[in-house]
Amino acid sequence: MVVKAQSRPAEVLRPGHAGCPGCGHAMGMRMVLRALGNRAVVVVVPSCVAVISGPYPYAALNVPMFHSAFEIAAPTAAGISQALKIQGKDDIPVLAFAGDGGTFDIGLQSLSGAADRNEDFIYVCMDNEAYMNTGIQVSSATPRYAWTGTSPMGNTRRKKHIMEIMAAHRIPYAATACIGFADDLTAKVKKAKEMRGTRFLHLLSPCPTGWKMEQHLSPKAAVAAVETNIFPLYEIFGGSEYVINYRSKGLPVETYLSLQGRYRHLRPEDVKSIQAETDRNWEELKRRV
Amino acid sequence: MKKFITGNHAVAEAVRLCRTQIVAAYPITPQTPIYEKLSDWEAAGELGGIMMRTESEHSAMAACLSASLAGVRAFTATSSQGLALMHEMLHFASGCRAPVVMACVNRTLAAPWAFWSDQTDSLSQRDTGWIQIYCEDNQEVFDSVIQAFRIAEGVLLPCMVVLEANYISHFMEPIEVPEQEQTDRFLPPVKIPERFDVDNPSFVAPVVSQVQFEAFRHLSYEAMSNALDVIEEVDRDFGDHFGRNYGLVEAVGLDGAELALVTTATITSTARVALAGLREKGHRVGLVKIRVFRPFPTRILREILEPVPRVAVLERNLSLGREGIFCSELKAALVNSEKPHHVQGYLAGMGGTNVDPDLIERVVIDALSRERVSDEPIWMMEKK
Repeated sequence: MVVKAQSRPAEVLRPGHAGCPGCGHAMGMRMVLRALGNRAVVVVVPSCVAVISGPYPYAALNVPMFHSAFEIAAPTAAGISQALKIQGKDDIPVLAFAGDGGTFDIGLQSLSGAADRNEDFIYVCMDNEAYMNTGIQVSSATPRYAWTGTSPMGNTRRKKHIMEIMAAHRIPYAATACIGFADDLTAKVKKAKEMRGTRFLHLLSPCPTGWKMEQHLSPKAAVAAVETNIFPLYEIFGGSEYVINYRSKGLPVETYLSLQGRYRHLRPEDVKSIQAETDRNWEELKRRV
Repeated sequence: MKKFITGNHAVAEAVRLCRTQIVAAYPITPQTPIYEKLSDWEAAGELGGIMMRTESEHSAMAACLSASLAGVRAFTATSSQGLALMHEMLHFASGCRAPVVMACVNRTLAAPWAFWSDQTDSLSQRDTGWIQIYCEDNQEVFDSVIQAFRIAEGVLLPCMVVLEANYISHFMEPIEVPEQEQTDRFLPPVKIPERFDVDNPSFVAPVVSQVQFEAFRHLSYEAMSNALDVIEEVDRDFGDHFGRNYGLVEAVGLDGAELALVTTATITSTARVALAGLREKGHRVGLVKIRVFRPFPTRILREILEPVPRVAVLERNLSLGREGIFCSELKAALVNSEKPHHVQGYLAGMGGTNVDPDLIERVVIDALSRERVSDEPIWMMEKK
C-alpha cells in the first residue's frame, strides 16, 4: 500500500538519536511518538530512553521534554498533567517513558501512588529486561535464567508480573505491546490517547547489546517473543476485562531463546522449565479473558 | 483581620491567600495540620488550587517541581524524615530553577525517634540550593510564606520557610491576616516560564558536559547571590504594603555592646526578654537574629558585628563532629573581618527542650566572663 505523503504521520523522534545500533528502544519510542503526535509533553527518566533523547544542546525528540529523576516518572507526569489542566491545556497529553528498572524496581512506589489516584497520563515502560544503561545488570524484569553482569550464572528469580500489579490498581487501560507488531502498538497508543486517567503500556523492546545478539535482530526477537507466548499481546480494561489481541503460532520457546547470547548457557532442562512456565502463563491469561 | 491561630494554620492561610495552584503533600507530624487545613478548604471549594495527595514526600516534591516548571504556583509542606526523603528532589528543584515554596516544620531526625523542635532537618538541606528563611513567631511565618512566593518566582529558585515544631506549629497566637485584594496587590498572579510549550518545544534538564555543568552551576550561584537583594527588596515592599518587615537579620541594642548574642527562630523571642533584663542590670549585651540562612547574609553580619568584640551563638541544632551550624556559618562569615572576634558556640533546646530566660542569662554571663573561647560548643543541657 502506498501512503500518500500528506497523510503520513510526522516523525517525532528525529534521526541522530544516541542509541546503540539496532536499539529496540529507539524503534519503540519512534512508533509510540509517531502515534502520539507532537502536541504532547514527554517525560523521560534515567534509562536508555534518556540517552536516546540526546545530550545538551541536542534534542532528538520534537516535543517539550523533561528528564526527571529515576524513580519519579509517574508523579512527574502527574504534576505536569495537573498543571496543564490548571492552565486550560487539558487537550495536551502527557506521556512518560521509563525503563524496566525505573518501573518494576525503583519507580514502583511512585507509579503505584499515581495509578491509585488515577492521574491523567500515559506511562510507557520500555522493557529491555535489565539495567542496560548502566551496563547490563539484573532487574526484577529480567527473566529467569538470563545472563546479566550481576546474574553471571543466570537469573534465579522469575520476571515480576508488572501487568498484574497495574491491573490491581484498576486503572482504565493497561496493554502489552512490542516493536515486532507495529500496527498493534500504534493502535494501542492511539486508543490510550483517547482515554483519560492512568494508562499503562508494557512495551517489550529487545536490546542487542544486553541480550548479546546481532544488531539487526531486535524486531525478529520481538516477533519471536510474541509467537512463542513468552510475551503475549493483550489489553486489560479497568483492571479486570482482559482482551488477547493476537493468537500466536505457539512456537517452541527455543525459537526465541536461541537468538540471544544471554541464554547461551541454558541446559535442556532449563529450556523445558521455561517452556512449562510459558505454557502455564498462557493458559492463565486465556482463563482471564 | 486578626485571627487567633496556630503556626500551621497561619501557613495554610498564607498558601490560600497566595492563590497557590497546586499543593502536593504527604502527612508527617508536626506538619500534618497544614495538609489537613488545605484539604478542608479544597473540599469546601475555598482553596482555589488543587491538592495532590502523593504516596510520599519524594513524589510530592517531584509533582511540585514539575508543575512549577509547567508554570503554575506550587507548594508543599513537610518535616524531618519527610524532608530527608525529599533530599534528592530538593537538589533537582533548585537545579532546574523551579520556584517551589515549602513550609518546613523543624522536627528531630531519627534515631532516636522524637517529635519536637530541632533545626538539624532543614539545616541538613543547606547545600541543596534552596533559599531558607527561619521564623520567630506565627506572624513572621505567615508573612514569610507570602514573601517566599515573590522571592522564589523573582529569582527562579525554590524557597523554604522554616518554623519550629510545637513552639510555632501548634501554638496559637493572634496574627494579622490581610484581605485577598491586599495580598493580590503585593503578590501578582504567577508569571514564571512555561517550560513545556508544545509550540516551542525544548528539553528541560538534559545530560550536559562537564563545562556545561559548571556553567549552569555558575548561573545558579549568581541567582542565589542576587537573591539577597531580592529578599531585602521584597521585605521592604512587604513593609510598605502591610506595615511589618523583618530584614535578612535583625540587630537589637548593639550600640556599645561588648557581647552580641546570635540566635535564630523561637529562641530569639525568649532572648529579647532575657537580654532586656540583663541590659537593665548593666550588662552590655545586644541581640542578633539571623532570619535568612541561605543565601547567608555575610556582608550585613560582618558590618553589624564589626564593633562587637565577643559573639555568642545559641542554637538548637548540631553538626556532629563540629558544632552548631549557624555558629560555623557565622565564624566563616567573620573570618575576614578587620578586627578578630571571639565567637563561642552554645547548644541548647536540642530535641525540643525548653530554652528559658534563665538559661539565656547563663549563656550571656558565661560568654562575657570567659577568658578563652573554646572551639567546642558548650552544651547547656537540661539535667534529666
